Amino acid sequence: MTTGAHRLAVLGAGVMGVGITALALAQGLPVLLIDIDGAQLDRARRRIDDELRMAQLMGRIPAERILGELATATSPEGVAEATAVIEAITENTELKAKALADVSARVAPGTPLITNTSSIPVDELAEFVDRPAELVGTHFMNPPYLIRTVEVIRGTGTGEETMTRIGSLLTVLDRQPVVVRDAPGFVTSRVLHPMINDAVRVVQEGTAGVEAVDALMEGCLGHPTGPLRTADLIGIDNLADSLQVLYERTGDEGCRPCELLLEKVRRGELGRKTGRGFYDYQEEN
Amino acid sequence: MDATHRTAAPDADAVAKEVLRFLETKTKRSWEPEQDLFASGGLSSLFAMELVVHLEKSFGVAIRGADLRLDNFRTVQAMTALVLRLTDAATGSGGE
Repeated sequence: MTTGAHRLAVLGAGVMGVGITALALAQGLPVLLIDIDGAQLDRARRRIDDELRMAQLMGRIPAERILGELATATSPEGVAEATAVIEAITENTELKAKALADVSARVAPGTPLITNTSSIPVDELAEFVDRPAELVGTHFMNPPYLIRTVEVIRGTGTGEETMTRIGSLLTVLDRQPVVVRDAPGFVTSRVLHPMINDAVRVVQEGTAGVEAVDALMEGCLGHPTGPLRTADLIGIDNLADSLQVLYERTGDEGCRPCELLLEKVRRGELGRKTGRGFYDYQEEN
Repeated sequence: MDATHRTAAPDADAVAKEVLRFLETKTKRSWEPEQDLFASGGLSSLFAMELVVHLEKSFGVAIRGADLRLDNFRTVQAMTALVLRLTDAATGSGGE
């Protein structure tokens, strides 16, 4: 298999940074993973190892595949060598704008800057980069190595060359892009996140318990994992941030993060990544 | 396999019992040893990784390489066979 000369840099070693890195390594691409927090990078190495084992378990890594090499760094200098940069930091416009502005000044012109945002419009972030034509959005689902379809968000200013390059990168990653126009939450978050918010509200109002809500959404409506289990997989803090972004930009009351969701965030019960969310993931013995 | 190994390594019944106990605690339902856990109406394949981690912790084995495939975790029986094979290899009676 040829991977061309792709060298990926990923910013942010959270859930999605880790998942996207694991996907790229599994497809044989070298990755530089950058996070300002060194301890977070140490945890990320272990999580990436777990995700690669999971990918192997699911038959997503052919036996003959040579995995890509992982490098980590606490400073962004290495992005200069990358053929594409994927930004996957906290869902906060200011933080993303700052990180993208910094990277934009360091990469070679023509390098696609990919913001993996759940809901912040690409056009808002484009104002902060040196060459807005190079900025494009992706929305990988978690876990990226299991879910082949990737939402690609073309901003108003995203250039043709950038669209070609991200298409080629996603082909090498064996992903299937679906390109949509820029808007708050694009398609998937705009539809899914208020639905999950409603599922949480139903639990909050005492209509049904967590398991019952997921069982109904799975059994009657064909949702693959149930909305509350999905919330745990996304990360409840990220979900609340994304809903807030949607609420501020659309005014849709259904997007205002409900009280139970915010309470989970305050308690640090953020889902799978902390061992507890709507479900418990800790070892019971 | 001699008697020494039989007492050192876990026996099939003990392994199967522990895996069933773990499954029942985690999923709040009961399972048969031959039942396909991931068949329609069963568990999400994401749960398989929890099984891998639990088996490694409970029985002190490392599940790597070609052993990491879903078919090894599809039933309690398959997991039991895997654990016995790996503990056997570790105690040396597997010929390694």
